Amino acid sequence: MTKEERYQKLRAIIQVYLPEDVSVDNITMESHFINELNINSANLVDIVLDVEDAFDIMLENDDMDSMQTVTDALSIIDAKLGNS
Amino acid sequence: MGKRVVITGLGVCAPNGVGIADFTQALQNGKSGIRFQSKLKDLNFSCQIAGEPLVRDNLVNHYFTPLQLRGLNASGIVFGVLAGTDAWKDAGLSIASKETPDWNAGVIFGTGILGVDKLRESIHQIDEGKVRRLGSTSVLQTMASGISAYLGGILGCGNQVTTNSSACTTGTEGILMAYERISAGKADYILTGSCSDSGPYIWGGFDAMRILPSNYNSNPAEASRPMSATAVGFVPGSGAGAMVLESLESAKRRGATIYAEVLGGAQNSGGQRGEGSMTAPNSEAVQRCIVAAVKNSGVESAAIDTINGHLTATAKDPVEIQNWCEALQRSGHNFPYINSFKGTIGHCLAAAGSIECVGTILQFKENKVFGNVNCNDLHPDIENLVASAKIPHQTLDFQPNITAKASFGFGDVNACVIFGRYKEPE
Repeated sequence: MTKEERYQKLRAIIQVYLPEDVSVDNITMESHFINELNINSANLVDIVLDVEDAFDIMLENDDMDSMQTVTDALSIIDAKLGNS
Repeated sequence: MGKRVVITGLGVCAPNGVGIADFTQALQNGKSGIRFQSKLKDLNFSCQIAGEPLVRDNLVNHYFTPLQLRGLNASGIVFGVLAGTDAWKDAGLSIASKETPDWNAGVIFGTGILGVDKLRESIHQIDEGKVRRLGSTSVLQTMASGISAYLGGILGCGNQVTTNSSACTTGTEGILMAYERISAGKADYILTGSCSDSGPYIWGGFDAMRILPSNYNSNPAEASRPMSATAVGFVPGSGAGAMVLESLESAKRRGATIYAEVLGGAQNSGGQRGEGSMTAPNSEAVQRCIVAAVKNSGVESAAIDTINGHLTATAKDPVEIQNWCEALQRSGHNFPYINSFKGTIGHCLAAAGSIECVGTILQFKENKVFGNVNCNDLHPDIENLVASAKIPHQTLDFQPNITAKASFGFGDVNACVIFGRYKEPE
């Protein structure tokens, strides 16, 4: 899986959790899940579960705490997949 | 004297009809919503039939966002949100703006147990040591007040948002709670109703009590036989009913359609004393509840022209009829028309009172008394109390003016509400 493919896969996951007034086009590498995409903080645990299922990896509590932006999430995914 | 309270919106998700139009048609034609359930057969249930609303997936998409639907595994929430949202729209009420709730709008929406399938899913995860896999909604889907929380959030209600629970009395009790709050001037309009989950984990306990019919697995439509000599137990059901109760002045101000007026009602309990128990009603309490409801509605017993009973299709139906006769001091040809919708929808448990109240209000709208099914062999004890003409088998053209509706529940609890036709002042 290329970096771009991983990014697109992650975008598709995030899309479900966007509030109605935030479009999928607002998602960029730099987007902050809560502050910029207005995702309900309660849903971050669901995004983590979806990421685990989609990439067949398992995240630790520390990973969840440091997953603030799209870039953070991709770095964690890359690390778990052994790509970094 | 409190404010007058009227009904301005209806919604329903019933085993024999989802939405008011289909449900009306079904009641009018005596269409059964009781079907064979293969999953109950696979699980070795004695009673393998039940009433379950048939909700299409693409319908659900109109009521929930894709996010709300993710991991949603609580049929009661689906039924309740469908019925509740429909009632709100039917009343012509709008959804509150994104920033500010409607402070005058409340939700009192009851249930027995909510999200039992989600609870099962969660229990399996927890027992496997995977508590972190539960996700963010297992609490919201399994807390009893999940249904009022979902509805309150979807609609943006800023008044009281709560869930009541009193077994099979729940829906009727909720109407009285909403009535009292509006009558006291504490809210302008309240969405009230109740829902009950579907499935083996809801119905299993009743099957174990051996109070469900086991001889009708091959002819489900004939299984639920309220008032019949051959009634052998209630058929379990599920679904939701909802209505908007509103102060008359608010309804007038908005120019809302008024279906009927809530004249009053009463709730009580037999205290599980005398003949009352956890599962059987104390007849004195039932009669007192009906008498109190009539009294505080300000109507004469003689003015009641229609009754929608609790009448679950057990051997106790004649006792209920006897209680109505004693409480109203009426019998024979002087008895009001009486019906039970459980013949076609089964006993929808926590949702029974609200679904049946919606059907009762539809009789005012349609000018009908909906027919009873499966009681051609009327119980002889009932025939001795009430003229058989008062128990119509076919839907009748009739203009109800005052209807009594009662629900009774485990725990020896009772509720009776009196509805009246609303007449514009001359």
